[in-house]
Formats: sequence, C-alpha cells, structure tokens
Amino acid sequence: MSVVKMKLNGKAVSGDVESRTLLVEFIREHQRLTGTHVGCDTSQCGACVVHINGKAIKSCTTLAVACEGADVTTVEGLAKGTELHAMQAAFKEHHGLQCGFCTPGMIMSAIDIVKRNGKNVSEDVIRRELSGNICRCTGYHNIVKAVQAGAANM
Amino acid sequence: MADTKTGIGASVRRKEDDRFIQGRGRYTDDITFQHQTHAYFLRSPHAHAEIKKIDISKAAKLAGVVAIYTGDDVAKDKVGNLICGWTINFRDGRPMRHGPHPILAQGKVRYVGDAVAVIIAENINDAKRAAAAIKVDYKILPHVVDTAKAIKSGVTIHDVAPDNHVFDWALGNEPETNEAIKNAHHITKMEIINNRLAPNAMEVRCANAQYDAASDHFTVYANSQNPHVLRLVISAFHGITSENKIRVISPDMGGGFGSKIAIYAEEVVCTWAARKCGRPVKWTSERTEAFLTDTHGRDHVTTAELATDKNGIITGLRVKTVAAMGAYLSSFGPLIPTVLYAPLLSGQYNIPAIHMVVDGVYTNTTPTDAYRGAGRPEAAYLIERIVETAARELKIDPAEFRRRNMVKKFPHQTPVFVAYDNGDYEASLDKALEMHDYKGFAARKAASAKNGKLRGVGFSAYIEACGLAPSNIVGQLGSAVAFYESAEVRVNPVGTVEVMTGSHSHGQGHETAFAQVVSDRLGVDINNVSIIHGDTDKVQFGMGTYGSRSAAVGITAIVKAMDKIEAKGKRIAAALMEASVNDVEFKGGEFTVKGTDKKKGWVEISLAAYIPHKINTAEIEPGWKESAFFDPTNFVFPAGVHICEVEVDSETGHTDIVAYTAVDDFGTIINPMIVEGQVHGGVAQGIGQALTEGVVYDDASGQLLTGSFMDYQMPRARDLPLIANFKLGFTHTMALCNPLGLKGCGEAGAIAATPAVINAITNAIGVRDLNMPATPLTVWTAMQSMKIAAE
Repeated sequence: MSVVKMKLNGKAVSGDVESRTLLVEFIREHQRLTGTHVGCDTSQCGACVVHINGKAIKSCTTLAVACEGADVTTVEGLAKGTELHAMQAAFKEHHGLQCGFCTPGMIMSAIDIVKRNGKNVSEDVIRRELSGNICRCTGYHNIVKAVQAGAANM
Repeated sequence: MADTKTGIGASVRRKEDDRFIQGRGRYTDDITFQHQTHAYFLRSPHAHAEIKKIDISKAAKLAGVVAIYTGDDVAKDKVGNLICGWTINFRDGRPMRHGPHPILAQGKVRYVGDAVAVIIAENINDAKRAAAAIKVDYKILPHVVDTAKAIKSGVTIHDVAPDNHVFDWALGNEPETNEAIKNAHHITKMEIINNRLAPNAMEVRCANAQYDAASDHFTVYANSQNPHVLRLVISAFHGITSENKIRVISPDMGGGFGSKIAIYAEEVVCTWAARKCGRPVKWTSERTEAFLTDTHGRDHVTTAELATDKNGIITGLRVKTVAAMGAYLSSFGPLIPTVLYAPLLSGQYNIPAIHMVVDGVYTNTTPTDAYRGAGRPEAAYLIERIVETAARELKIDPAEFRRRNMVKKFPHQTPVFVAYDNGDYEASLDKALEMHDYKGFAARKAASAKNGKLRGVGFSAYIEACGLAPSNIVGQLGSAVAFYESAEVRVNPVGTVEVMTGSHSHGQGHETAFAQVVSDRLGVDINNVSIIHGDTDKVQFGMGTYGSRSAAVGITAIVKAMDKIEAKGKRIAAALMEASVNDVEFKGGEFTVKGTDKKKGWVEISLAAYIPHKINTAEIEPGWKESAFFDPTNFVFPAGVHICEVEVDSETGHTDIVAYTAVDDFGTIINPMIVEGQVHGGVAQGIGQALTEGVVYDDASGQLLTGSFMDYQMPRARDLPLIANFKLGFTHTMALCNPLGLKGCGEAGAIAATPAVINAITNAIGVRDLNMPATPLTVWTAMQSMKIAAE
C-alpha cells in the first residue's frame, strides 16, 4: 500500500492504495465519485474517460499511483456551480444521451477532441476520434451533433 | 390549455439528463451498503463437462474470504431452479423438454461460463484469489455449439432431451401453403442464417442484496427491466422468502435491450447468500463475463420458399427454422423464435398461405432470449430478404414488387394468427422513395462506378407487433405470466402529481415522455409531475419494459388512472360549486360548470381533496389518488419503409453506408426528439448485426471466441451514416386498441435496418446470398467467388 495524492476536481485528495489500484477504482471506490463508469475490461468502451492535466485518458488503464501530483478532472468537475459546461449543455440540448452510462466518458472525450481540433472540428474528425468511446443507445447521431454544437460554444 | 411546449408532440428536453450529464446518475454498481461484501463467480471453462468434485478447502482459508457456496449448498437449502416463463410444447402434444437450471451448477456444466461456485469476500481481489484456489475436477464431455447440428450431434446436454430437441412448433395453413408452392409460377428458395448477437448494454449486469435480520426483510438492487417480476420469481419460484419481504430496486440503468429481462442466477445467488452469510453481497459483471452470461439474441438457421404467380403476386411462404435456445431455457427463451417470430412472417404483404415450423434446440452455448426486437427482426430479415430476392429474380423493381403485394385494406387478418388493425404501408413507401431520391439512384451508381465503387440500394418494408399483449391470448400461447401494466396517479394537496408506473426506464426517457402525457391531460406544469418507477416498495406491481410496450401499455394504464382522477376531481368540483357532477367539465387544469362562469382551479380541488371541510366525506372520500391496470386488447403494429444505400470498395470489400432513409409509422408521437433517438439507436444496432456483430463459438473447443470488445465489433461512430445522409420521416395511422393511438418505437430501427443493409450490399456486388456480418472479408470473398464462378 502507498499513499497517493492528487488534485481531483480542484480539491486536494489522498488515499492509501495498492500499487495495482486503478485510477477508476480510486475515483469510484475511494473517493466515491461514481460519475466515471466502467463499461468493459479491455480499454475499448471509454465510459471511464477522465482528464489528467487537461488530457483525456482512460482511467481503467491508468494506475492510481501513476497520478501522484496530477490534476484530475471527472465529469463531476465540469460544471461551475449550477452553470453547465458547454459540452454538457449541448448533450442535453441535442439529445446526445439515452441511458446516460457512456455519457460521462463521451463528454470528457468530446471536450478533449475540441481542445485539440478547434471549434470547427469536422464531423469526420469527431467520428474518427470517438472510436474509443462506445455508445449502444444513440447510434452516435445525436452525440456527433452535440459535440459539434458544444464545440461552437466552448 | 396544456402547454404546447411540453404536451404531447413536443420535443421536450429530458428531465433525466441533468443528472446524467453531471455524473449524478445512480446505477446499481454505484450503490454500496455498510459492511458490503463482493461476490465473484467461478465459471466453467468447458462447454460441457461432468463435475466430479469441487474442493474449496484451500480457498476457504484465504484472507478476506467470507463464504464460498457451490451447487451442493443450493441443493441443501432447497433454493429453486431458474425458471422458464413460456412453455412451447411439441406439435404432437409432448411437453416442452425443460432441463433443470440450478442457480449454481449441480453435477454438470453445460456451457462456458456456467456458474460453478460463488466466492464472497471483503473485496473483489480477495474473491478472485480464492476462486483461483478452488479445485474443480471435471470430466469433459462431447459438446455441440452449432445450431444446425444440435439434433443429430449425438451429444446429450439434458437427460430430458437426449437429442437436444426442446420443442417443435408450427403456425399457419399447411395444406394451402403446400398447394401454393406446388402451383407457383416462380419459387424463390433461400437458406438464411440469422447471426447470434450479444446485446451489450453499456452498463453490465449487477446485483446487490442486503438482508435485515431484525425485520426479516431483503433489499435487492438489480438492474432489471422488470423488477416486480424479479421479486415475484425470487419469492415464488426460488423460495428464498415471501414477496412481501423483498424490496427490489432497479435504479438508473445503462441500457437493457432485452438482456436485463431474464431472471439470472447471479441476482438470486446474491439474495440467498446475503442472508446465509449475514452480510450484503454485491456482484458486478465484467464485460467478458457479460459476453459469456448475458442472454444472447437471434441464432436461427432457416430455409424459406416464397411462391409467386405470373403477375408477381405472392401466393405462399413456407418456412422451416431451427432456433438455438442455448444450454438452458432462459426466462422467455422459447417465446422468441415462436410467438414473437412466426406471426410476423406475413410482413406488410397480403400472403394468403403461410406455414412455418420451428425447432428449438439446446446447444452448449449461452442461453438465448430477447434482444431488441426479439423474434421480429428474424421475421423481418427473412421476409425482406426473400421478397427482395424474388423481385430481382422476377426482374420487377423491388419497390414496385412490394407495393403490388402490400396489404391495403384494414383490418387485415394474416394466416399467421395476428390481425393488423390499421396502417398505410404505401404512404410510408411513397414518402421513403421521395425522401431518398430513389429515382436518382442510377445516376449516383454511375458516379460511384467512376470512383471504382460499387453502389447498391436495398429496401426493408418491415412490420412488428408491439405492446405485448392481451392476457387471454398470451395465456393460450404458453405464457406463465400476463402482460398488462399498472399505474397509480397521486395528486398531492398542493396539486403536484406523482405517477407510479410499472414500466421501467433504462434510457427511453420515461421521466420526460410520461410526464408530457400527464401534464397535457391534467394541465399541471411538467415540472410538477414526477414519474416514479423501478422500486417495488413504491410501485405496487408492474410487468416492466421490453417489446416496445411502455407507451402502448404503460402509458395507457396511466391514462386509465387519469380518467379516474378526472372523475373524482369532477365530483369534488361539483360539491364545491354546488352543481351537478354531470355539468362539470374539465380542461387544461380547470373545472367549470357548463353554461355558467363558475370555475375551480386544479390546486383548489387538490387542496379541497385533502382539507375536505366543504365536502360531505360520507359521499366523497378525502384524498386524490387513483390506480389502474390496463390489459391490452390487441398488439399494436408499427411499420415503415427503410432504404439503405451503400458503396462497396471492390478492392477491399469494405462497405460504407452512404445514405439511409427511415420512414416509420408509430401512430401518435409523444416526444419526436426521443422517438428519433430511438430510431437512430435501433438502426445502429440493425446495421451492427448486418456489418460488424456476430457471436462466434469455436466448433472444436466450444469456447466463445468473441468474448470482449476486442473480438466482437460493436458499431462505432465511423461505421454509421453521416448526419446529412441519415434521414428520418414519419407517417401516422393510429393504433386502434389504445386511447392515444400509440404504437411503440423502441425496436423498429433494429428490425428494419438489417435486411435493408444486406439487400443494399447484395445489390451492389450482384450476389444473391450473403451471410452476416458482412465484414470486408465476407464481402470480398463473395465477390471473389463470383469472379471464379464467372471464369
């Protein structure tokens, strides 16, 4: 067991973890932030995507101890009080979610896509870059719309 | 008047989204009890084996282990077997061969993934370590995983069915059908395989059970599409305790698609074990475990013959299907390839003679059950593939061939049990042809050819039966349960409304769409309407959500309860306004007296109901709460026409869906935004079946080869048509068996899309038969075979 310290959604947190503890376990089970989900065991589905130092990563294949000193943001850390992040608002406005399970990972990936590709990111790029996020409900149609709309407002 | 921005027909943004987009959803795995333990299931690594001995002695001593149970413990405690809720007997009257399905294997394992033991520990890693220390002595037996070979394999999976034949079942008019085939001008004969699929809701299955010894009461969280049925089965069939001593809660759920209908071993084991070990027990599936143990869908092997006369009129259809049940009969397994399949074989067409026979067979595979569409996609795939092929063979335009044969008068009695109440199939066809610019196809094909691409177009004129179903009919057809729905409408003293519904929302947006219906009818602001579901302590009873039944059946129950709410409101209003109840009218939340200017608002009436100072309570009970059960009088029949256009790369066999048009008739639409979302998602799953998805077992070892998202290709954003190329349209004929004319939209896309895609690819590359999934390799191989055949 070793102590890991990081900033989680702007707040300093620490925990006693095993060296094999995954970041997603640390977030969900140690910190009880359950917005980040686990949808597979092969790093394919992207339900677990969070931001580490501003970059999207899959928290199911990241060790908690590797995040010592990192700045970690989960879906719970996006809104500023009652003001939603532009991407969250776009997902609601464009019906970019149904069951909501893949949504936190989708939103975290979407923000990262826009950060790297700019406000005018093309549909083709969005679809290509979302290949690491699986949704079973929406057929991605409204997710892609939401990402485009969210991009414009970011 | 009801607010047109939130009433029926408005694209209200969803209430439930606020929590989901902020990570505040509450799914089963998010819930942890005090003193929580974690369960891990040791599963069979063999497709078929005898269990000689299980040695848990070393494992039981390991750190963190709370308890280990095997099938022997289950037998000692007399916990009942998993049930099958639908009986399909043999045609000659012999009973369905129902092999026992214990919650932990007893004596034998029958598929890779069969649960052998449960390890309950302080954490999941301790449980897994202990599982690895359990020694199971297996005697491996021969197995069969191939549906077509099951009966003649010589393998016996259940003693009760030595040849693995579970049932045979027939529907239709056999002599007339044989006559039609004999006298046909043309016969189109096809061998069609409907590939086995894994439903893959993004949230895996999960159960968490707590037993409170003080009150002798269980609380079970489980992501079930029908929590009341789960409670009923745990008590009545597994005999763990009585129904009044269990509360089942199915909270937010990350999709179901049919895979969370069945009552599974794991939730029963967790409940039983929670009392036995004295600690709350939680099990969360892993994805590979989900591939192994969540019920699979489809898996049919079919031979079909379609007879046509010299005018291109269909005269008969003969179908013979073998359907895999898997290693055990799942909760509704036998229902799917029988009652939910054969009655849809008439499609949208006027076919005077249809006969089908289905053989249900055991194989050493994961049990099959409902997957989005459940039986109806298999029927639509068959009829739409064979109709398309017949049109091509007869050199009639496939749209024209369909039009010629479409049912045009309603009601229409098919030869396969069901009677279509209402529809206008040509209207959907016309609209789809226009929206798709079908006339421009030839020019587009020529343009593609210049770029070295093969362009093809395919149709699917599907029909489905939803709103399962009238109780007396399902009883005759073999169901052990009924399929009504319940609702309770509570008006609070200040006029806010709570609706308890037996339907369950796991992505469908009921909290919004149901509230729209209530707000529209009662004139109450939508924000003052709460929809409550998924908790057996709050909702008295319910049959849950599947088969696109929540609108047609669930909402109708709410409407019936609101009829009673309105009636009581009128009586209260009449008393307050000293008028005859027959003169009181209700509209937009206001009670008025005919021919006068007297009126009372909604809140005045609700306050009076709870503070009845001016009401004779001997005549009118205080309070304002009504309930209703609605038993449907018929199925509802959504139908539509989908057109798919593809480009196939002749070098690689890769298929791109370059245009897709869906025109659907769902009757009345409550929330167009939600309905369109259902079509998008359904079509994606249908495209998935056609292009990428397929469960594969290795014949030699019986192992599941597609056990992860690395091996089973879920459709990704790039596999689906671009926004501008995916067009949706709607036509509207009302269902006649419910007051709002609702038909149901949840499964249509998954039913319609698959044949449209395969018809398009076969059109593009010019082959007649093509197996699914049509991966680049499959398509490329088909093209090469044609080239070789031509040389």
